[in-house]
Amino acid sequence: MSALTEAVGTGRSLIGTRRARAGGPAPVEADTPKPAWRLAVRAFSRDKMAVLSLVVLVVVALAAIFAPLLTSYSPVAGDPVNRLAGVGTDGHFLGLDGQGRDIWARLLYGGRNSLLVAVIPVLVVFPLALLIGLFAGFRRSRAGEVTMRVLDVLFAFPLVLLAIALSAVLGAGLGNVMLAIGITLVPYMARVAYTATVQESSKDYVEAARAYGANPLLLMFRELMPNVVVQLLVYATTLCGLMIVVASGLSFLGVGVIPPTPDWGIMTADGKNVLLEGIYHVATIPGSLILVVSLAFSLVGDGVRDALDPRKQTS
Amino acid sequence: MSPSAPLMSVTNLRKVFGVRDENGKRADFVAVDDVGFEVNRGETFGLIGESGSGKTTTGRMVLGLEKATSGSVTYEGNELVGLSDLDMRRYRKHVQIVFQDSGSAFNPRRSVGAQIAYPLTLFRMASRTEARAKVLDLLDRVGLQPSHYDRYVHEFSGGQRQRLGIARALVTDPDFIVLDEPTAALDVSVQAQILNLLKDLQRERKLTMLLITHNLALVEHMCEHAGVLDHGKLVESGPVDDLLTNPVSDITRKLVDAVLEPELSATRG
Amino acid sequence: MTDAMALEVKDLSVDFHTDGGVVHAVRAANISVREGAILGLVGESGSGKSVTSLAVLRLLGTTRAKITGGQILFRGENLLDKTEKEMCAIRGPHIGMVSQNALSALDPSFTIGAQLVEVIRLHQGVDKATARIKALEALDLVALPDSKRRLKAYPHELSGGQRQRVVIAIALSCRPELLLADEPTTALDATVQKQILDLLLDINAELGTSILLVTHDFGVVAHVCTDVTVMRRGDVLESGPVEQVLTRPQHPYTQGLMRAVPHLHLDEATRSVPRADRRLFEFRTEDKETLDVA
Repeated sequence: MSALTEAVGTGRSLIGTRRARAGGPAPVEADTPKPAWRLAVRAFSRDKMAVLSLVVLVVVALAAIFAPLLTSYSPVAGDPVNRLAGVGTDGHFLGLDGQGRDIWARLLYGGRNSLLVAVIPVLVVFPLALLIGLFAGFRRSRAGEVTMRVLDVLFAFPLVLLAIALSAVLGAGLGNVMLAIGITLVPYMARVAYTATVQESSKDYVEAARAYGANPLLLMFRELMPNVVVQLLVYATTLCGLMIVVASGLSFLGVGVIPPTPDWGIMTADGKNVLLEGIYHVATIPGSLILVVSLAFSLVGDGVRDALDPRKQTS
Repeated sequence: MSPSAPLMSVTNLRKVFGVRDENGKRADFVAVDDVGFEVNRGETFGLIGESGSGKTTTGRMVLGLEKATSGSVTYEGNELVGLSDLDMRRYRKHVQIVFQDSGSAFNPRRSVGAQIAYPLTLFRMASRTEARAKVLDLLDRVGLQPSHYDRYVHEFSGGQRQRLGIARALVTDPDFIVLDEPTAALDVSVQAQILNLLKDLQRERKLTMLLITHNLALVEHMCEHAGVLDHGKLVESGPVDDLLTNPVSDITRKLVDAVLEPELSATRG
Repeated sequence: MTDAMALEVKDLSVDFHTDGGVVHAVRAANISVREGAILGLVGESGSGKSVTSLAVLRLLGTTRAKITGGQILFRGENLLDKTEKEMCAIRGPHIGMVSQNALSALDPSFTIGAQLVEVIRLHQGVDKATARIKALEALDLVALPDSKRRLKAYPHELSGGQRQRVVIAIALSCRPELLLADEPTTALDATVQKQILDLLLDINAELGTSILLVTHDFGVVAHVCTDVTVMRRGDVLESGPVEQVLTRPQHPYTQGLMRAVPHLHLDEATRSVPRADRRLFEFRTEDKETLDVA
């Protein structure tokens, strides 16, 4: 009891009088805080697989862009005399395909098409899906619910089947393939944005922002969007990997690029005809590349997700 | 407005939630049932209750974060229940809240300084540069460093986060602050700092506070008047000196008996 | 209560390897639980109190945590020398554990009865019918009414206090000599907290179970414990019977902690101070190094 009488005196709080010291320790790093993106880059660089995958993607992309510098052969004109020449043939280090076209050249030029088809639709649909998800998920209004249900209908179709159907309707060709894939992607990306919005909306900081006077528009774009964008970004990166496979699949089935335009899918299709004859390189080389690039996208996506997790960014 | 008139007045406040019971039938859950109390200017009023008593819902209705089913909440004589969203937002300049878990009340992807400054620019109370200066000053007052402005909330400890929450609550110079279990998640020594800080700030800024808690010792320490909520009903209210030493209702008596004092009682076996 | 020791922790040191370096969570700590006693292990976060109780049961995991020294003597043997298989035979029949969050301690997909029976059968090797009877006894021991019906209930159907009783029942089902309780009432309402603590007192009185109770609350200590040990940042600062430590704390940290807490029942001197002027004790930065641990 006596300890108590001493304790509860009339002194002022120590915090007021000892402002300089009574703040608790600053975080371990130096005093100048680093900008958020640099912390993210640092966190990303700690994930070895992600960095390796990013390097792979960059190399592939650069190779595709600088294709004319890396090969003197044409990807569409072939030398039928030497068709199906194997790996290591003089002058054609990856060999020739069924029509005598240099495989290395077709890989490079085909890379342009495959990468374009993988990335462009995702890029274009991203902001659209983000907006749909934010509006539908935040207010939970009638219009939003209806939109999501309509998108659910599209969900019912298997992705590839829908892409095929659309391609068949629109016709083949690079542009149409991108359009078809883009359309099929909308429900998937919108749903991820929607779910992320719904989850984030119930978090305390959104309510806190309301308590401090934010109107709904500010809440959506200032508070929710940064958090939702990150989740959508991770999904989008993985989708790119998937879309390479889908696009290649479409070409494989003949509803993709129009021959002789190269892309990895159509190259694999061409190669499949000669597999039974024991000639493997025509199909497996582009096929392996599809696998590697697709995997690289997924790993980069994982790395991005981890790097952007604010809790992993310090120390 | 006479100085003795209450700053905040709650009358017949009711909140009914429509829920489904285990058979799937629609039923009404009365979370807050005819609650009324007054908070005088410059004082701290304690809203006491265990979990499920309706104290948090009441606090949220006072802030306008929850729409009351019926009843009245007046601030400086102005009726708040039924206000449009726009009018309600204007009132938010004067009434603020410190959450129990300030950590989750900050956006993880924006710097804490920007978030604290946010209401100032929102209510057009200051320009960008003025707002930053004001926030830095406030950070200093609550015991934090200027370099903390650009950091993210996960970099701070529990006590520091509560201080950030207090800074944000004070940035628009409000008259009335709701404190929802402000120290429940903190260590003992940190609790003491935060409580002392709150008392200093209350004196400096002439704040009126509504303290929502289940901790009776805290109420004894902080509040002049208090009310006890049980299952949505206000069972007893009055000056804390009477309420806690001579409780009238069973509930209050039970709550007082359940307090474990850090002293040995004579009758311990 | 004799002077024989139910548990003796001697010079225990535990290190954690984190990204930021090595953290000495427990430093050469000496903690003893007398047979039949209830020891309160008191400290704030980062004091090492929870780590100690996990170390006793060797539940720390091996990736980040390392026990770097000391002995844990239980029934004359050093638990740190035991193999995992031997520890499994000790956890349950000889040492029981109750943790803070009862909801996560219980598997939500199984009924209470199933979880009780599982533990009983595992350690006592009895058949289902006998195990069921023992389960009912365990529920009666923790004063959970309507035990027959409760056996069929799922964890989410019970209140927080009831769940904590079930967790205690499971911990006691094999009548261990020692019970480790880590903040068992922190997540509960005050009225329920008192009931659970009274239950622990009853169990200690009836069964003679020694209890190591980890808590941050001196009120809990005053109500339940016979002995107290105070920890801070891995060090044991002070130890002794509760009458001694609570009324005449030796260490300034203990003294400070007790003065930092608001009290409900005040004496005249404090009441005379106007509420607006009342302040709680704050540790000076110099005394306590840093006040918050990020």
